[in-house]
Order: sequence, then C-alpha cells, then structure tokens
Amino acid sequence: MSDLTKLSLSDARDGLDKGDFSAVELTQAHVQAMDSHRELNAFITEVPDLALERAKEADYNRSHGQAGALEGLPLGIKDLFCTEGILTTAASHILDGFTPPYESTVTANLKAAGAVTLGKTNLDEFAMGSSNESSYYGAAHNPWKKQGDPRNLVPGGSSGGSAAAVAAHMCLGATGTDTGGSIRQPASFCGIVGMKPTYGRCSRWGVVAFSSSLDQAGPMTRTVRDSAILLSIMAGHDPKDSTSADMPVPDFEAALSGDIKGLRIGLPAEYRPDNLNSDVAALWDKGIGWLKDAGAEVVDISLPHTKYALPTYYIVAPAEASANLARYDGVRFGLRVEGDSLDDMYAETRAVGFGAEVKRRILIGTYALSAGYYDAYYLKAQKVRQLIHQDFVTAFENVDAILTPTAPTPAFPIGENSDDLIAMYLNDVFTVPASLAGIPGISVPAGLSNEGLPLGLQLLTKRWDEETLFRVAGVLEHAAGFSGLPSDGEG
Amino acid sequence: MTFLIKGETETWEVVIGLEVHAQVVSDAKLFSGAPTDFGANPNSQVSFVDAGMPGMLPVINEICVEQAVRTGLGLKAQINNRSVFSRKNYFYADLPQGYQISQFDLPIVGEGTIILDMPDGVSREIGIERLHLEQDAGKSIHDLHPSKTFIDLNRSGVALMEIVSKPDMRSPDEAGAYLRKLRSILRYLGTCDGNMDEGSMRCDANVSVRPVGETELRTRCEVKNVNSVRFVMQAIEHEARRHVDVYESGGEISQETRQYDPNKGETRSMRSKEMAHDYRYTAGLAPEFTDPAPDDAASIWIGSDPNGARAFDGTVTIAVYDNQATFDPCSVHPDGTANGETVRDPACDNASIEVRWENPTKNTDGTPLTDLAETEVYFGTAAGVYESSVTLPADQTATRVDGLKIGSTYFVSAKAVNSQGIRSEWSNEVELTAAEAAVALGYKRAGPLRSFARRVTQWAILRPLWRRTVYRTG
Repeated sequence: MSDLTKLSLSDARDGLDKGDFSAVELTQAHVQAMDSHRELNAFITEVPDLALERAKEADYNRSHGQAGALEGLPLGIKDLFCTEGILTTAASHILDGFTPPYESTVTANLKAAGAVTLGKTNLDEFAMGSSNESSYYGAAHNPWKKQGDPRNLVPGGSSGGSAAAVAAHMCLGATGTDTGGSIRQPASFCGIVGMKPTYGRCSRWGVVAFSSSLDQAGPMTRTVRDSAILLSIMAGHDPKDSTSADMPVPDFEAALSGDIKGLRIGLPAEYRPDNLNSDVAALWDKGIGWLKDAGAEVVDISLPHTKYALPTYYIVAPAEASANLARYDGVRFGLRVEGDSLDDMYAETRAVGFGAEVKRRILIGTYALSAGYYDAYYLKAQKVRQLIHQDFVTAFENVDAILTPTAPTPAFPIGENSDDLIAMYLNDVFTVPASLAGIPGISVPAGLSNEGLPLGLQLLTKRWDEETLFRVAGVLEHAAGFSGLPSDGEG
Repeated sequence: MTFLIKGETETWEVVIGLEVHAQVVSDAKLFSGAPTDFGANPNSQVSFVDAGMPGMLPVINEICVEQAVRTGLGLKAQINNRSVFSRKNYFYADLPQGYQISQFDLPIVGEGTIILDMPDGVSREIGIERLHLEQDAGKSIHDLHPSKTFIDLNRSGVALMEIVSKPDMRSPDEAGAYLRKLRSILRYLGTCDGNMDEGSMRCDANVSVRPVGETELRTRCEVKNVNSVRFVMQAIEHEARRHVDVYESGGEISQETRQYDPNKGETRSMRSKEMAHDYRYTAGLAPEFTDPAPDDAASIWIGSDPNGARAFDGTVTIAVYDNQATFDPCSVHPDGTANGETVRDPACDNASIEVRWENPTKNTDGTPLTDLAETEVYFGTAAGVYESSVTLPADQTATRVDGLKIGSTYFVSAKAVNSQGIRSEWSNEVELTAAEAAVALGYKRAGPLRSFARRVTQWAILRPLWRRTVYRTG
C-alpha cells in the first residue's frame, strides 16, 4: 500500500482513472505516511477521518462518471488558508480555537475539483520567516539530513510544513503562499517543486493576510507537471478579491511541450556575488548548460536594483503587516487575555499571542509608517519597488525567462540562524525581487550539495506568462533528473 | 450680519471650517454586501468583512462611489480622475479591522463651492476643500453593564462622505446656513438623508479667532460630533468666546479636540495634540505599477467629462434654491459608448424643465409658518423678468414646464403664499441654459457591471485598454 505514496499527483490521477486503486486506498496510504512521519511536525492539524470520508465520496463520484480534475487526490493545506469547520491557526497562539465559518477561494476551488484535504500544514507564524522556526506549534523538520550529520535541518519557510509533507510523501501536493520566497525557498530546501504565480493569478480571499501587495498562493509538488495541474485549479478570477485578475486560466499542463528551442534565457549578473556558495554556483552553471543543450539561447542580463530588493521588502512587507495584524485584538475571535482596561486587554493579548518575529515585524512596520519616517522609509521603498519592477520589464524585452539559484545556501540546522536575523533574512535574497515585481517564479529541484542536500534553481518569466515558466521548468526538471528521496522518506 | 466679538482690548473675528460626515444613501455598505438599515437588531447587519475576520477583503460598492460623485457635482466640485483608498490605523473595540478604510492623498472629490443666501440678502460663497469616502466604525455601548462595553457592528463599514469646507465662515449664522444648505443639497440629490438626530449627518467644527484686520489664522480647536444645527451654532459661539477669553487674559490656545455639552453650554477638552493619534495612512495595498499591467492599481477611476456620458434620463432637473446640480440629457453617443462622437438627442427639442424647491418653514419674525397655501413659480428668459408663472398647492414641491427651448437661457424664481394671500419675498433666482447644461456623470469602469450581493461589485481591476462604459443612473 505504501507504494501509493511514491506516485506523483499526475500518476495517482491516472491510476484512479484506470481503476488501479481507489481514492480510499490512496488516502489511507497517505494517512499512514502522516502517522509514520509525525516527528517532522509537518502538520498542525490532521483530519484523517474527514479525508477518508471525502475519499469515499470521491470513489462514488468517479464510479458515477462525475470525477473532478483532482477527484480523490490527497493534499496538504498550508494553515494560512481559512478552511470551513477546520481549525485555522496561521501557526499563531493568537488564533487559538479559531475555526472559520468560511472556506478560502483557493481551497474551495480545490475541494470543488474533488481534492481530499489531509490536514493543515505547519508554517512560520503568520508566514513570517524563512525556516518554519517561528511557528507557535514548533519547528517543522526537513526530511533531508546532511550526510553523516544527525542534526535536524529546517525545511525552509514560511511554507515549511507543506514542503516537508510533500518531500516526505505524506501528501501528493500541498498549497503554499509566497510573500518573499515562502514557496520557492522551502521547495529548494526540501527538493521539491515550488511555484509562485503572478500576483493576482490566485484569489487571496480567505487567506490570512501578511502583506497584501505581495501575498500569493501557489502549488508545492514533486513534479513540474503536478504543479501545473494544481495551479490550473487553484487559479482564477474571484469577484471577492479586487486584485485577482479577470482573465482566463490557461491549461498549464498543456504548456509542458518540452520544447524550448530558440527561447532566450537571461542570466542576471547581480545574482552571482563573489561569495556565492560554490555548490550553488556550480549547480547554476549546470542548469545553464542543460538549457543550452535543449536549444535555448543564453543571454547575460543586468537587474541593477537587485541589491535594494531585500531592504525594500523589509519595509513594505512589515508596513503592510502592521496594519493587517491589527485585527488580532482579542475582541472578536481567537485568544483574549483580560486586562484592567481595553488598552490593557490589547497589550496583554498581543504580548502573549504574538511570537518574537511577528512582534518585531509589527514594530518595524509601525515605525516605517509613523509620522516623520514615512517618507524616508515607506515612500522611498515604494519608489524603489517601482525601479525593481522596471528592471524586470526591461529584461523581459530581451529574454523569455530568467534562470537563477533559488536560495543562497542549502538547508541549515534548526537553531543555526536564530540569533542572526540578517543571515536569516538573506535566505530570500534571490526570491524577493520577483515578489516585489509581482512576476511568476518556480523553484525546480536540480541537484545536491556536496553534503547531500537538495538545491533548487529558480526560473522567472514576465507577468501572466506561467506557460513559458512551466515549459522551461519541465525541460530543466527533465535534464536535472533529480530523484533523490530523503533518507527517511522511504516510509 | 457681521459677527464680531467685542473683547476688553480687541474686536475679534471668528474663523470657522466645518467637517461634515454624511452617511451615503445605499443599500449595502462601502466594502461589503451587508445591509445598512437604521434601527436593526444589534449585530444583525454584519458581514465577515465588517467584523474584520481573517482573510477577508474589501470590495468597493460602486453605488457609493456614484453617490459621492453625484454629491461632488452638486457641490460644483472637481471630480478627481484618480482616487485612492488608504488605511487609517488606530485601535478601538468598535473598529474591527484595526484601521478605517478612508482616503488621504487622493480623495474622490476636490475643491468646490456652496453658495449661501443669507437673510440680509447677501450671498456668501463657501469653499469646499474636499469630499472623500470612508467607512463608519461600529458602536460602543457603555451603559448596559457596570464593567463591560457592548459592541454593535451594524454601522461598521457603512459608507460616509466626509465633506470638508475651507475656513471661510465667519459667524455661527453662516455655519448654520452652510449646514442647512448642504443638507438640502444632499437630500435633493438623494445621496444622504441628512437626519442629524439619527446620526446620518454629523458635524465637527474647527474654530479659531483673530483680531479684526489680522490675516494669519490662529490656532484652532476642533469641536467633535455635534448632532444638530442649533448645537453647532451654539458650540461655535461658546468656543469662540472661550478663545477670546483665553487670549485676552494673556493665554494661548493649544490645538486640541473638544466636545460640546449642550446641557451646560460649554466645550471641554477630549484630547490634546500631544495625545493625537498617528494614523500612519497607507495607500493602495495592491502593487501599483506604471507599466500597462492588467491589474494596474487598487484605485478607482472616475471621469467627469462634459461630453462623456448620458446622465439622468428625461427631464432636466434643477433646484430652485440653488443651481448646484445640472445635468445634460441631450448629449448622447449613438453607439451607446463614450468613445464615439457626441450628437444631440433629437427628443430634446421638446425638453422639459423640472424645478424643485423646499418650502419655507418660518415667518419673517421667526415664528413657525403653519399656513402655507401655495407656491408661485415664475419663468422668464431674462434675469428678473418673468413671462409666465404657475401656482401650485403647498404640498407640491416640484413642477415641470414643457415647451422650453434648447439653447435658451431660463430664469426661475418663486414666491410662497400663505392662507391670507400674503406673498413672501422672491426666492433666489436660478439660471439655466439648457443647451450648455454643464456636467454629466461619467463613470469609467473595467467592464459591464458585475453584480453580486446587492450590487456590490469589484473595485480596482483596471485595464489599460478598458472601454469606458457609460454608467446610467436612476
């Protein structure tokens, strides 16, 4: 039975179609995998009973010719998506006991297509972090370990639980959200495919907001094809989200032609600093060679404002977060710590309910928006953001896609960067620019470091061109031939 | 009618600016589909958005935008082509999101004017600084329990227009006249019911004084949330006299927010400038790129184009008490869009004029007018020279005159008649040139009206190549 967890999402779909196994069997196999990998702390809430019930329905639907595109396929849902009737925590103490009476648009789309929800995956608190260590429910662990080193590694973040669960074959795929790299960086750390669509491709309705101008949902899977399949269902216009695009969702799976002959691939000089990790640099070179071999033309480009992206991000995102998190005040839902006055109650509730990283970002954001500092910080950051966006617009006049590393390093041991915020924030140095520009990006697992840890390569395209993104990613995936399962992922 | 305060050492002039919060007449709230009925059971008109639930997003109610634009036109004001909503951040138990969605840098409506006709026959022009849309907060109820506060979120998210005047008023009487005139305009346009006792129109008064002849403005105090015209006038007078007393006893006025107590007839401090909130306004949280991206910006675009749109159908409607809102029904686009050439609607050769007015309520000695019998409405083609008239019963406050010619200018005035046949003085005169009637309501949107939940439709999906669709009112 455990073999069923070895399948990709598309193979599982085809297997169900052919009647090789049932949705109940498929779901049971993944429920068992969840049981046997509990030490990874990938899930905050597991709902195996609901999942098996849903699987039975899926088998019924399929036998009656009513199978949806994802009928009976078990998925993990990042615990930032509100799920009707299922505890939703954002990995924060302050949402204690919050069970939404509504379902986010993205998860509703998945449900409507027949997907089975296995549970809610772990994340950094309110998606603020690059290691999943800021979760109130404890760090999730990376299924991978360095050769000869027993220490547990971080899965990356913020979608660390989703990445660990997919890498350890606890689910066929999972949802993530990406604000500055929160899908792509954990995908790189865990050796899976993580895709951030164009801002506006997926509805943000029902997703707990971190930074409204950056947040975007996307799929986390083991293959590029699975990523394309999931995004086709997750995406789409939603009148409840004014920033979701009212444009047709292409058949992304159909875009995987495998043919990139004549495409121009840009290599930004700014992504290769002198001190770039040598394994990362070497893998990038390999990736360049694979795309050349497949018939693409490689072009050196410049994205001159790249060095300002991280500081800009750490103004914009906390500023928006400081407003978005004001609603967690103990008045209407979640945690309340009583106080002698309304102000006391606010202070106590928020002091107890928020963790250190969330508090830090609320303070940074509040400061950046406050009178006397607004122009110097927030307004300037907005202007720089425009320049960063323009960098990409200019670049894409000349190239069809951009190839870079996803993260500057492989996964690091839990606790290693806890005291060094700059080192932690630098994890997102290659992913943040695309977030600020609103363009789509994907991390494809492409090889191993010399310590045996997975490394991803990132592809970027212009806005709304996910089809080219998937097409190039498919070629990269095929050439890399990445197949290394985590040492303890054999289940 | 000059209002001056004679002090011990100086004669003082009062400088007044008013901020009016007017609740928009709309079925649904500004950013949610929840209803807005007055007097419903507590917390029975609250959507997930209004309650600030996690993951909820605001979606603009276009009807509210339209009402604000209409009001702006009635105030002869600049309608801004680009308008942006911002978050105004502060914590309070009846503010579920922890911020109010309001407008800061780019309000929907810019500068305009209101003309006051004072009892002494003098006209005063009061500048409008801006009109913006914002969400109302909920209501905190402190007197139901000795130690607890109850929150009613029915009002949370209801659309308000904040209408800010310039500091152009110089007496409590002018402030009163301004409020009454503004209320008439809002009621006439159907954009606010103007009921101050229900809180659907509330006023903050900014008051300062200065010695006659001084040109600089002195420090002002804001008297918050006064809920009747009479109290506004009283509060201004009390506050002005307080300022004079402070200055003449050698003191200084410090900028602060004050509250008027109508029972004691005094204002008292609510919070000083030092305690004032830093609202940390943040605009448009969707990324706003200047390249022609399909989802360009989280902002609303409004057109005010004289040739841009067909506005109200049928009759030209003016108000006899002012000339604040005129619309041209005759300029149409044959293909139904605003892109083609404008032509004149041939039906307009038989145009009508509809005239509306408000009946007087007082006799000249100030006693209530109880026996109004008729209204005489006069029409002419030159100012002060009337060629025809109609006499109408007192309960009729509008009439329609057919057969007026496009391209001609008409002058309209009225007299009220009581049961003894005594006629009032002339009302003000309004002038209408039908063919030139100025401003039309134009409304640029991304596509056809998208409708769900009581016509709340999405905001901010802009297209670089949008076709402007003409929004028809009525």
